[in-house]
Amino acid sequence: MNKWRNIFLAESTLVPLAAILLGLLTGALAMLAGGFDPLLAYQSLLKKVFGNAYNFGETIRQITPLIFTGLSVAFAFRTGLFNIGAEGQFIMGMLASVYIGIVFDLPAYIHAPLAILAGALAGGLWGAIAGYLKAARGVHEVITTIMMNWIALYLANYILASFLVPEGKQNSEPVKETAVITIGWLSQMFDSARLHWGTLLALIAAVVFYVLLWKTKLGFELRAVGFNPHASEYAGMNVNKNVVNAMLIGGMFAGIGGACETLGVFHYMSISAAMPGYGMDGIAVALIGGNTPLGVILGAILFGMLSFGASGMKFGAGVPVELIRVVIASVIFFVAAHGIVRYLLKPVLAKQKEGS
Amino acid sequence: MKKVVSVLSVAALSLSLVLAGCGSKAPEQSQGGQAGQAGGGQAPTMKIGMVTDVGGVNDNSFNQSAWEGLQKLQKDLNMPEDNVKYLQSTGDADYVPNLTQFVKDGWDLTWGIGFLMGDHVKKVATENPNSKLAIIDAVVEAPNVESVVFKEHEGSFLVGVVAASMTKTNKIGFVGGMDVPVIKRFEAGFTAGVKAVKPDAQVIPVYTGFFDKPDVGKSAASQLYGQGVDIIFHAAGSTGDGVFNEAKDRKAKGENVWVIGVDKDQSLTFGKEITLTSMMKRVDEAVYRVSKEVIDGKFEGGKVVSLGLAENGVGLPETSKDTVPADVLKLVDEYKQKIINGEIKVPEEPQK
Repeated sequence: MNKWRNIFLAESTLVPLAAILLGLLTGALAMLAGGFDPLLAYQSLLKKVFGNAYNFGETIRQITPLIFTGLSVAFAFRTGLFNIGAEGQFIMGMLASVYIGIVFDLPAYIHAPLAILAGALAGGLWGAIAGYLKAARGVHEVITTIMMNWIALYLANYILASFLVPEGKQNSEPVKETAVITIGWLSQMFDSARLHWGTLLALIAAVVFYVLLWKTKLGFELRAVGFNPHASEYAGMNVNKNVVNAMLIGGMFAGIGGACETLGVFHYMSISAAMPGYGMDGIAVALIGGNTPLGVILGAILFGMLSFGASGMKFGAGVPVELIRVVIASVIFFVAAHGIVRYLLKPVLAKQKEGS
Repeated sequence: MKKVVSVLSVAALSLSLVLAGCGSKAPEQSQGGQAGQAGGGQAPTMKIGMVTDVGGVNDNSFNQSAWEGLQKLQKDLNMPEDNVKYLQSTGDADYVPNLTQFVKDGWDLTWGIGFLMGDHVKKVATENPNSKLAIIDAVVEAPNVESVVFKEHEGSFLVGVVAASMTKTNKIGFVGGMDVPVIKRFEAGFTAGVKAVKPDAQVIPVYTGFFDKPDVGKSAASQLYGQGVDIIFHAAGSTGDGVFNEAKDRKAKGENVWVIGVDKDQSLTFGKEITLTSMMKRVDEAVYRVSKEVIDGKFEGGKVVSLGLAENGVGLPETSKDTVPADVLKLVDEYKQKIINGEIKVPEEPQK
């Protein structure tokens, strides 16, 4: 009993919770200022997310890619790299998987895994390019990854338009039935919400993230480089190699996310004028999650619920989409700026220290 | 002391929010109730929803037009305000859940606005065979979907006639959103209209690839005007807003440039100093008409409605008489008759 109470009141739990609460309160203020009813809005948000099986399933669908991109950003961050390129790596993952899914004719047990693997490789290599440029030429990864995002978007559009999309259409052919990773029976259970094996893969990826970073030699090196590249080099580690590795593996997470999105949700890829946005949201997710695997999962759940529930707020309380972004942004703001929260919580936290 | 202050401040903040929340809720609810009662009686209780594409409901273009159609219907028939609603989509993944939200909630008709939603409307319609859906700008083959398409090429032909009659430089620009069949129809009709009046005039098409990026539209317009173009016709959603901005800047500097708007009468938004005319696509009319059919119980699933000049689905706005000389408008009317009579057949694809 006491143990549970301690976990709940521990600083690592209390601070994020308080931050989320403060964010929601600030969002409520913004809604009040706009003349909307915040209580009704939050009620509608919860109703949208938990109201029925279909929407609950779709929320899970929304959360899944965020776990992948969140892991991608967090992984690179552990090596001291700021991966703004999860977006581009995600797109490359989509492209590679949809290509394999459409062009090849294989039995299901090999087709889908192959397509996902291709997505992982494409995303990984896309990230590794930025890693290589950093290692070999010292080009800052923030610059390169941002640029690589646009290159990925337009390269994908070009390849789609040239090879995969029928004349006069916007979407590619659907991938072959054998490459689809939608879980039919589960979808049925959730009233045909688009549920797929990718969600399970995302959870496995989080475990892999943990094992890789904290239980292997490679992970030790990656983290060491993140803490202090100079000291790591002095200790005999190859910093450049680790930088490339971190971007490669981080890119693979995002790439698998992209592959699952096409193979599980859409079954096609469309020529798109804008980026899907999961990569950018992934930065926020990693931030909320403190770059830990469990944190990323929780962050993705929060972010996915907010962004999927947003249309519920519009539907139920008439809050316009722009205002909903303000709410989401204020939650992120307080989670990221936990110094403020810690300051506000000081009395509570100090009391705990006395108690323990 | 400091501790006490910070505790108090947090407490005060949250308390004031909670109180304020309660305070505002009560009057709003009662207002809603009254409006509902006032609208009761004879007013239909049908509920009609629409899902916008990524352009959003303030795109100064077809999404907005569709929403205006629904709002007009609600006012005309004195329906309760909450019985028409829209949901905005922020990406591909949103279309199906947004459409489903209305369908599962038992709304009597759900609109998908824009060709981007074609496949998604089909999916939702197939999964919910008892629902009724309708779509603008795409043909969806399903027994419970009514599709509305427009003959944009016919209306574009007429604004092409205006452009050709009014140009001084004999160079006319076209700014398109994505390179897709709907937008190609605009370009094809427009070019044909220009050539019909002035065979030697040049039409320079630019496709920006975006429907929602005014900055890209502005730079495209800047490029075209820089090349000596004096009239630009845009068919690019809110990307076209940038075309108007560029024209406004140049007009302020004394250049004689014009923009031809699209979908709505854009002179109302951007002013008559720069808006020569607009290729109106009466999305609002279409939404109004089909929604009314549902209310009157005359909805026909599987039907494809194609609206052109003859059906008044496309055309020039009334306000053009302030910016376009009467003799040009007369010429426009002559061509309009010829198209309706079938004397002129307007191409749907740009001639190579």
